[in-house]
Amino acid sequence: MPVAIEIEGLCHNYGDRKALAGIDLEIQEGEIFGLLGPNGGGKTTLFRILCTLLAPSEGQVRILGMDVLQEITRVRRRIGVVFQNPSLDPNLTVWENLYHQGHLYGLSGRALSQRVDEVLALVRIADRARDRVEILSGGLKRRVDLAKGLLHRPSVLIFDEPSTGLDPGARRAFWNDLEALRASDGITLLLTTHFMEEAERCDRVAILDEGQLVAHGTPGELKRDVGQDVIVIETEQAASLIEEIRDRFEVQPFLLDGTVRIECEDGQELLSSLYAAFRERLDAITLGRPTLEDVFVSKTGRSFQSGGA
Amino acid sequence: MAESVREKPLLLLPAFTLWKRELVRFARDRNRLFGAIGQPLLFWILVGSGLNASFLPAGQTGQMSYLEYIYPGTLLLILLFTAIFSTITVVEDRKEGFLQSVLVAPVSRSGLVLGKVMGGTTLAMLEGMVFLVFALQLDIPFSVQSILATVGVLFLMALGLTGMGFAIAWRMSSTAGFHAIMNLFLLPMWLLSGAFFPASGAPFWLAWVIYINPLTYGMAALRHALYMEAPFRAGDSPTMGLCLVITALFALFTLAVSIGVVGRREKRRSG
Repeated sequence: MPVAIEIEGLCHNYGDRKALAGIDLEIQEGEIFGLLGPNGGGKTTLFRILCTLLAPSEGQVRILGMDVLQEITRVRRRIGVVFQNPSLDPNLTVWENLYHQGHLYGLSGRALSQRVDEVLALVRIADRARDRVEILSGGLKRRVDLAKGLLHRPSVLIFDEPSTGLDPGARRAFWNDLEALRASDGITLLLTTHFMEEAERCDRVAILDEGQLVAHGTPGELKRDVGQDVIVIETEQAASLIEEIRDRFEVQPFLLDGTVRIECEDGQELLSSLYAAFRERLDAITLGRPTLEDVFVSKTGRSFQSGGA
Repeated sequence: MAESVREKPLLLLPAFTLWKRELVRFARDRNRLFGAIGQPLLFWILVGSGLNASFLPAGQTGQMSYLEYIYPGTLLLILLFTAIFSTITVVEDRKEGFLQSVLVAPVSRSGLVLGKVMGGTTLAMLEGMVFLVFALQLDIPFSVQSILATVGVLFLMALGLTGMGFAIAWRMSSTAGFHAIMNLFLLPMWLLSGAFFPASGAPFWLAWVIYINPLTYGMAALRHALYMEAPFRAGDSPTMGLCLVITALFALFTLAVSIGVVGRREKRRSG
């Protein structure tokens, strides 16, 4: 499959602070690719570089084979960008917002009007075309933003935190739209997120932390790396328990946010043994399948929430 | 291949659409519609009438009322207010997020500046032209030529003021900072342009400030144009030719600075 986005040795510094410290990544055409990371992990910086707003300190980024610095105008024509915060003019109607957007991309006249109607139907907001943006709900504004990003038929859509500000129902509907879009247009979708559920829905995920790529692959692959099961123990004697578990069972428990975590192959058996051995000292013990959060924990030694700046 | 690599960003269509957007936004905002003209109008009537008996501008032939003397200055104040209010919207555009989608579009930075500045210029000119109606109350002999010349000068001055407003507003993160600049820099600039009193009656140091103030020449050009049919009443100002050249240069300069600040931000990003 051809490569849509190629990132090589990408670094970026804000003064002395390293926001990106050498990222290498390839994103295939037609993929839904998620950049997952805590706030301050570097994903916003990477997003800004990919959408041509920020030039990196070092390294190369090619989108559809074009260098983002050398061929900036051509890149801009081929990418659609949806920002985390609405990029709409609240004083204008939905239709007017899209009409101006079309002009910014060189579309005009009948072709533009037709395309505006088309894209509004695509994101199911055609009935609100004449409403001013300021009266729309957050979910509807998000869809207008998506329509704006799609208006000039980009090959790559770069999306910052798609679900921010959406309730769960709207989030599900929005994701169905994105998947339908990928199926119909074969568009490549790159999104940043700090929601695990959102990352789970991506074809592939890259985990960014402190400016570094700590893991990438399909959600399934990443989770399999962690192990079959994850056991979490709540206890007041975490430190002593970790030592005892390590001595008696052949596993590597570790402390995270006051809980003891164990990644293992056969969780069910271990859980009953642990329960039998330490019953009196446990407040709670749970067994679960690894999530992307466990992947993050396993790669960084920190919980996702505490990873943020 | 080199040719296809250096694809040109869009200029005119984006500039047109940003210009049109300014007009639509303005028309939908009643406060702005009346604010920019109401305040100067009130000021003109109150100050002009109040000081009429006690003020005889130096260098004037004596027959002119103070209301009439500060009429062109009020016109300039209207341009200034409208230009500044319309460029403050750059800060709003950034806050509301609209600007970011313009910045990732294949639009040249000159197109962005041109659209925004021409929008403000058009609005300032329209407001100025509305205020011209009040000139009929005054003892100014109008002709088609003098009205056309006045409108032409209004355009040049509006362009310069809007360009200046844009260059200032571009880097601002809030509208609050703009008020300080308005009070400490823009209003004194207006005050010392011959709008309020002529340079000839001012102390030496103040007259010097008036002479290096570019608005002085716009102000004088406006007087020349308004009094085209009665040149002796325009006062002892620099010649029309000099005034027009300096006003045009000022407009070009502020446009260039605006395009420069937008571009510099990009270079800074390039780190």
